Amino acid sequence: MSDTERVDALVDRLLSEHSFDDPQAFWGAQYDLGLAWVWFPEGFGGLGLARGLQARINRRLDEAGAPTWNRRVNILGIGMGAAVIAAHGTDEQKRRWLRPMFTTEEIWCQLFSEPGAGSDLAGLATRAVRDGDEWVVTGQKVWTTLAHIAKWGMLVTRTDPDVPKHRGLTYFVVDMQAPGVEVRPLYQITGEAEFNEVFFDEVRIPDDQRLDEVGAGWRVAMTTLMNERVAIGGDTVPRGSGSIAEAVRVWKESGSEDPVLRDELVRLWAEWEAFRLTAARASEMAKAGTPGPEGSTGKLVWADLNKRITSFTVELMGMEGALYPGGYRLVRPEGRDEMPPQKAFLRARANSIEGGTSEIMMNIIGERVLGLPPEPRTDKDVPWKEVPRG
Amino acid sequence: MAERQVSYAPTEELDLIRSTAREFLEDRVGIPVVRELMMSETGFDRSLWKELADLGWTGLTIDEAHGGAGYGFVELSVLLEEMGRAVTPGPFLASAVMATEAIKAAATPTQQAELLPGLASGETIATLAVWERPRGWALDDVATIAAPADSAWVLSGRKRFVLDGHLADLLIVAARLPEGEVGLFVVDAGAEGVSITQAPALDPTRRLADVVLDGVAAELLGDGPGAAGLAHALRLGLVALANEEVGGAQRCLEMSVEHAKTRYQFGRPIGSFQAIKHRCAEMLVRVEQARSAAYYAARVTDDPEELEIAAPLAAALCSEAYLWVAGENIQVHGGIGFTWEHDAHLYFKRAKASTLLFGDPRHHRRRLGDALGL
Repeated sequence: MSDTERVDALVDRLLSEHSFDDPQAFWGAQYDLGLAWVWFPEGFGGLGLARGLQARINRRLDEAGAPTWNRRVNILGIGMGAAVIAAHGTDEQKRRWLRPMFTTEEIWCQLFSEPGAGSDLAGLATRAVRDGDEWVVTGQKVWTTLAHIAKWGMLVTRTDPDVPKHRGLTYFVVDMQAPGVEVRPLYQITGEAEFNEVFFDEVRIPDDQRLDEVGAGWRVAMTTLMNERVAIGGDTVPRGSGSIAEAVRVWKESGSEDPVLRDELVRLWAEWEAFRLTAARASEMAKAGTPGPEGSTGKLVWADLNKRITSFTVELMGMEGALYPGGYRLVRPEGRDEMPPQKAFLRARANSIEGGTSEIMMNIIGERVLGLPPEPRTDKDVPWKEVPRG
Repeated sequence: MAERQVSYAPTEELDLIRSTAREFLEDRVGIPVVRELMMSETGFDRSLWKELADLGWTGLTIDEAHGGAGYGFVELSVLLEEMGRAVTPGPFLASAVMATEAIKAAATPTQQAELLPGLASGETIATLAVWERPRGWALDDVATIAAPADSAWVLSGRKRFVLDGHLADLLIVAARLPEGEVGLFVVDAGAEGVSITQAPALDPTRRLADVVLDGVAAELLGDGPGAAGLAHALRLGLVALANEEVGGAQRCLEMSVEHAKTRYQFGRPIGSFQAIKHRCAEMLVRVEQARSAAYYAARVTDDPEELEIAAPLAAALCSEAYLWVAGENIQVHGGIGFTWEHDAHLYFKRAKASTLLFGDPRHHRRRLGDALGL
């Protein structure tokens, strides 16, 4: 029996033996059959097969109408945390965390960015000090999605301030309900709080919640971020969808025939279409095993275009664009709130900051794709505690 | 908006065309040759043209029955990209693309059998004479008159901005039929009443000419109005130019990156400064965006409806991207980039002229907006 046939048979079994009415039970069964992350080892939600087979499993489950929204609800856990635990965790840690993550019984968040460590993540300052079989953590994280409902957090800390910044980091899984953890909503320019600030005041973490070696935190964090890029990087979307669809809708509704506005709309449509075609081309080249420079441009182009398109859409609305429907309510967004153009316009400002600023993306393209020399660094080979901060 | 699924993966055939073209152009039409030709009176070397023909380039998309190689537009676009990269002078775009595609689109089978073999072999050089006013890119602006005379036609009017018109043996002329529709005519460049004057060109690697037609005998291509065939050929011209522009833009990016790695100021390669590094990164981004549009368009040329979107899309994006990248290339090079001695200006001039040849970016966006129903 080929791997594909084996997987298909297991999917058939999952679909025939388990009801969709209890999603958590369904996901538990999916995990137990090895269909959660098919490339993980047997016993940990996988079957040790090729990663590519997962797409087939997901497609078949979607087509059958099975619940698959666990990936969305627990996006940071299932999308990134699982790969980190699989790569760096002990078998005991995998047993403890992977199944309830997949069933969404335990939601995960990611505690990386700090007020003093954004683009320069490795400069982070949250301290973890060893105390017997435990670590005592004090510091602050920021831009933490889902922290307010998460059971577990993926946390990078500074355990050795006396060595250069990349070497003194250690990665933990922290219980978000532990004493000393405080989660506060972080209101953003839309008036909503998609994110949180998380404060740690002498929070105690058992040493068995450490991932990989003491001092290996940077390596583990890189595994996390690489999976973030995989998670963000592109499904090909239909022509004319996304923020340009909203611009076109507003243009048509306005009944305007202004040639200046139309020229700008078509310009944005064309750039958006080229971005979409580039994503399709990059995806084909990557699948063929010959990825080219095109693949590195997506995030940068998307961020810039989304900002320009959402801004133009508000301009198309004329003075109505100066209104803010519903007002600024200072609440957490509820599920899939509809996004009026004015809010989309404000939200888009984050696109060139979140997940790597456009400046950092351009450094990456400049240095890794074009082979330009790096900027001279003043923090290289300098103990972290001696690097200026502010 | 029926977008098409196309494949971008290079085939062995395409790789071979690309490597052959690059090797030949570097070896035979390197920058010293380009510079010599651009300062010459005609900008043209017939022995070089013969070599291109012997490689099968002039007949690349012409049927084998008519002496061509029978390839499609994707293969042609690879060749054009390489020629754009090398700023190759000569009437390739005029003859092997524009005139050839117009004949393929509008002529009767008999006329094709008569005209295409000479184009394929390179013995005949042809060009397309359409435009008459500086911003008159729409076919509505064709004012040259075609009057019936016995069993043939007589043309009168003045064509301007005719690509390599001074080199042409044959002119494919757009003129207005008595009923008001546009027809395509073939005119012998040596015929009585034809006078062709080369106009000094902003881009000396691609020449333009004025063509005056004073009661010139002409043969109508096809059995009636040729506007549809002409419009199709012009769209193919946009796609051809877009792919050429991608090649030129890519070369500008490479020149900038090379310079940024080797030019030292303040004790560092200037490419280590973010001001330069980010500029180069943006150049790459613009080139890749343009490449996607050009490659996509080259792959849908057999789908007229989709081409109405893909051609102006590629034209608008690629011409603006090339011009921007070619300009930034001068900036990255600093003072040396402004000299005659440096090659940056060859690309900058080619880029600017290319944004104006078959419609400027605003014109293309107007067309794209029409095709999208916006």
